[in-house]
Amino acid sequence: MARTAVSGRLAWRVARLAEFRDETPTARTLVFDLPGWPGHLAGQHVDVRLTAADGYRAQRSYSLAAPVNGDRVELTVQRVADGEVSEHLTGPYAIGDPVEIRGPIGGWFAWRPTNPEPVLLIAGGSGIVPLMAMIRARRAAGVRTPFKLIYSLRTPAEQYYADELRTPVAGLDITYVYTRELPEGRPGIPKRIDVATLNTAAWPAEFGATSFICGPTAFVETAADILQALGHDPHRIRTERFGPSRD
Amino acid sequence: MGVVTPGFQGRARSGNPRLPPGQYLAEDFPVLSAGPTPRVRTETWEFAVTTEKGDKHTWSWAELMALPSEKPTVDIHCVTQWSKLDTRWRGVAVDTLVGGLDTEADYVMVHAYGGYTTNLPLADLLDGQAWIAYEYGGKPLTPEHGGPARLLVPHLYFWKSAKWVRGLELKTRDEPGFWENAGYHDYGDPWREQRYQGD
Repeated sequence: MARTAVSGRLAWRVARLAEFRDETPTARTLVFDLPGWPGHLAGQHVDVRLTAADGYRAQRSYSLAAPVNGDRVELTVQRVADGEVSEHLTGPYAIGDPVEIRGPIGGWFAWRPTNPEPVLLIAGGSGIVPLMAMIRARRAAGVRTPFKLIYSLRTPAEQYYADELRTPVAGLDITYVYTRELPEGRPGIPKRIDVATLNTAAWPAEFGATSFICGPTAFVETAADILQALGHDPHRIRTERFGPSRD
Repeated sequence: MGVVTPGFQGRARSGNPRLPPGQYLAEDFPVLSAGPTPRVRTETWEFAVTTEKGDKHTWSWAELMALPSEKPTVDIHCVTQWSKLDTRWRGVAVDTLVGGLDTEADYVMVHAYGGYTTNLPLADLLDGQAWIAYEYGGKPLTPEHGGPARLLVPHLYFWKSAKWVRGLELKTRDEPGFWENAGYHDYGDPWREQRYQGD
């Protein structure tokens, strides 16, 4: 990423809620109008800042859920117990209400449609958000880069983007892993991702795929360790850990 | 003051004077890294300090353990907005490792197992401000938190406290490290909210 003009890129801009969609009972996709947005890469994130009437401010980082689309940006926010920002954004925050946003931030955990090598996406829970931006960016660019998604969820009810992911896409293979409760009629027992899962569902190491892993810390550690044990080059494994930091 | 979001209350105001602007208190110890966690064995671990003249000084794990250690209790602040107060560490002061070297360098590039780098002024590593830490909370530092040893520079944002540290490269010129090349601030003072380039 260029080291110039960053101050302009990281100026706070006023964003207003244009529309929203509930992904699950506790997660909401927010679509903002953000005039002057400079554009971004799939996988990047933003800082969101809320200011209360008395001047108190709270600021959190959220991954962008969709590729660049003019002055529209999308985030998906998971409500966290006692999360001062997420409880507001998934609750009383209404159409037309302002927040401040700056970004995009982070050029490392990012996928460009010009990257030719196969892509492996491994999502743990809400870690799907930046990876969904990559899936959508692939579609928007009309490229045929082979993609695999391994999406680990506690229960089927916690899945984001369910309708969109249900529609088959050529060149995108999806494997779901359920850790607590299986969908109706699915054989087997709930389990966490393990060597067998990744050995079956991931690209063979010799394909030289780039892997993007996003989710809670322990999940990311496990997935990255397994990929390395299966022979994947650690320099081609990119991780984004969602710390369990309450919000 | 920024734009007010209607109806936003926010958490009870702590007014905690130890909390830098934009930070909140975390109960746990979140992890932020860019890639897989390296598993470094202490049998093969080596720490090196190189000067701008090319002089190289190395320490094995046993040699590091033989150096006098300190037990700092410090507040730490991550750029992802969490802070933790009164964290307890044990490690060797960077003064002990570089205090006697012949160098004109003003800057340091920190190198870590796994390829991570970060840059900072040499002055910020001296005078009891930084350690090569190998214990956290009274226990050996775990790999996900940077073990066997990490740099600890608590007065700067925590990405400067490189995990899995393996060396300090003393330099006469400041050059950006890994996150700094990706748009993060070259210095990273939490009290001035120097999160990104230009802050």
